[in-house]
Amino acid sequence: MNSFGNIKTIAKRELLACFASPVAYVFIVIFLLLNGFFTFMIGGFFERGEASLTNSFFMWHPWFYLFLVPAVGMRLWADERRVGTLELLLTMPIAPWEAIAGKFLASWLFLGLALLLTFPVVLTVNHLGSPDNGVIFTAYIGSWLMAGAYLAVSCITSAITRSQVVSFIIAVVACLFLILAGFPPVINLLQNLTGNWQWLVDTITSFSVITHFDGFQKGIFDSRDVIFFLTVIGFSLFTTSVILRTHRTS
Amino acid sequence: MIKVQNLTKQFGHKQVVDGISFSVERGEVLGFLGPNGAGKSTTMRMITGFIPPTSGSVTVGGFDIVDQPIPAKKLIGYLPENAPAYTDMTVQGFLNFAAEIRGLRGAAKTKAVQRAVDTCFLENVLHQSVDTLSKGYRHRTCFAQSIIHDPEVLVLDEPTDGLDPNQKHEVRQLIRRMGEQKAIVFSTHILEEVDAVCSRAIIIDRGRIVANGTPEELRRKSDWAGAVTLRVHGVPATAVEEKLNRLRSAKKVATETNGNRVAVTVFPRTAGDGDLTREVIEVMNGWQVEGLRTEEGRLDEVFRRITLPDTKKQMTNDE
Repeated sequence: MNSFGNIKTIAKRELLACFASPVAYVFIVIFLLLNGFFTFMIGGFFERGEASLTNSFFMWHPWFYLFLVPAVGMRLWADERRVGTLELLLTMPIAPWEAIAGKFLASWLFLGLALLLTFPVVLTVNHLGSPDNGVIFTAYIGSWLMAGAYLAVSCITSAITRSQVVSFIIAVVACLFLILAGFPPVINLLQNLTGNWQWLVDTITSFSVITHFDGFQKGIFDSRDVIFFLTVIGFSLFTTSVILRTHRTS
Repeated sequence: MIKVQNLTKQFGHKQVVDGISFSVERGEVLGFLGPNGAGKSTTMRMITGFIPPTSGSVTVGGFDIVDQPIPAKKLIGYLPENAPAYTDMTVQGFLNFAAEIRGLRGAAKTKAVQRAVDTCFLENVLHQSVDTLSKGYRHRTCFAQSIIHDPEVLVLDEPTDGLDPNQKHEVRQLIRRMGEQKAIVFSTHILEEVDAVCSRAIIIDRGRIVANGTPEELRRKSDWAGAVTLRVHGVPATAVEEKLNRLRSAKKVATETNGNRVAVTVFPRTAGDGDLTREVIEVMNGWQVEGLRTEEGRLDEVFRRITLPDTKKQMTNDE
C-alpha cells in the first residue's frame, strides 16, 4: 500500500478518536469564545470603525495558539507511549514518518476546522462594510500555517515525555519564544543589549512567528514567510522522528 | 518463517538479550519461557521490529526486519505485552483501523473484521468504547487486532495474562488451532501452557537460551523423569528403603510414612531411564503396593533448576 493511503488511515483514526472525546468540542468552543471576546470587547472591533480584521481579530491569534495548540498537541505522542499503543503503531507495516505525518495532519486539519468556524466574524465585517476579502483570506492562511508551526513544536515536546502536562508546559515555553523573538518590547530590549549588532537582532527576530505572520495580516503572500512556516513544521516533525527512534534504541 | 540469529540487545551497560538464535517454521508453536526480566519481551520486540537489535539479525519470511521492515511486518501479527489498544475508540473502530492499516478495504475489510470478532468472541462489545472494557475483553480486542489480516507469523507476548480460566482455555485452543498453519511464537510463564499448546519450547534466562526442545525433551531433563512412585502397605519404611537402595538404577530413595502406609519415591541414576520401573517391580515381590507410577518429569522443576541463580540453586540442593 502506498504512503498516501497509510497517512490517510492514520489521520482518519486520529480525527475519529479526537471527536469521540469531548475535548475536541470543548477546544472549539473555547477558541471561538476567546475570538469573539477579544475581537469585540478588547480589540474594539466596533469602535475602530475599520472594515478590516487585522487589528481586532488576527492579531490575537499568536497568543491564543500559545495555549490552545500545545493543548491539542500534547497527547499526540505522550499518550501513545503511556498507553503502549506506540508499540502497536510502529510494528504495523508503515514507515514511522507516515505515522508522524498522519497524526500531525489530523491535528492540523482539526485546528483548521476550528479556524473556519470563526466565519461569522467575516460575515459581520462584510455586512457592516466592504473589507478586502483577499487580505482576510491571506491572513486566514497565515494563521493556519502559524498554528501548524506551533503544533509541530508541540509534537516534539509530546514525543519527549510520557506526561501530557510536561509536554504542554514545555511546548508553551517553546512557542512563547517563537512569539517573543518578534515582540516589539523584546526587540527593543535586544537592540539595547546588543548595541550595534543588528545582525544578531535580525537573526533572532527572524525566528519569530509574529514577524512572519505580519505579512499575511497585511495581505502580503510572501513565499519566504510560507517557507519559514513549512520549514519549522518540517524540521520539527523530523526532530520528532529522531526522538521516537532514540526511545526505541535506548 | 522466523529466523533469529545471534540476537543481542544492550540497554546502556545492561546486556538484556545475549546471543539468542532459533527458528520457527510454519506449523510450529514455539513457547518462550523464562523468569521475569529474562529478555522475553525484548526479544519479541526485536522480532516484530519495534526496537532494533544491538547486533544479530531477524528475518521473517525471508525479509530482514531492519533492512526490509515493511514486507516483514506485513507477515506478522503482534500482541504486545499488556495488550495495548486505543482507549478512545470503539472495538469496531479499532478493528477497522487495524484492518485498514493492513491494507484491507471494502468487503475484504468487513469480512476480516467479522472473522476476527467471531474468533475472539467480541460480538457483545463491538460498539463499546475500549476504555470501558474489562481486562479480558481488552486483551481479546488486541488479540483480534493481531489476527485481523490472517498473518503467517504470530508473535504473542503473554497472550493469556489476565484472563480467567475459561478465557485462558479458549485462547490456548485458538493458538493451537492456528498453529497448524502459522508460525507462532508466544511467551508465558505458565508452565501448563507449554504442555497444552507448544510443539517446542525455549527457556531463556538472563538473555541466553538455557534449554530448547519439545515439552517431552525438556521434561526428561528433570530429576523426576523416570522416577518411580508407589505406596506400600504394612512394611516398615527402613526395610523398603534398604531394599530399593540396592537397585542398580536407583540413585536416591525418599520415603514418607503415613500410618502403616509408606509413600516411596525412587529417583533414577540416569534421567528418563526405563529400567528403574522394571527393577522396582521385580523387587517388590510380596509387598502390598498401590499406585505405582513412572513419572514423566516435571517442567516446573526443570524450569526452577535451570533458571535459579547459582546461590539459590545451592540452597535447594541442600534442603
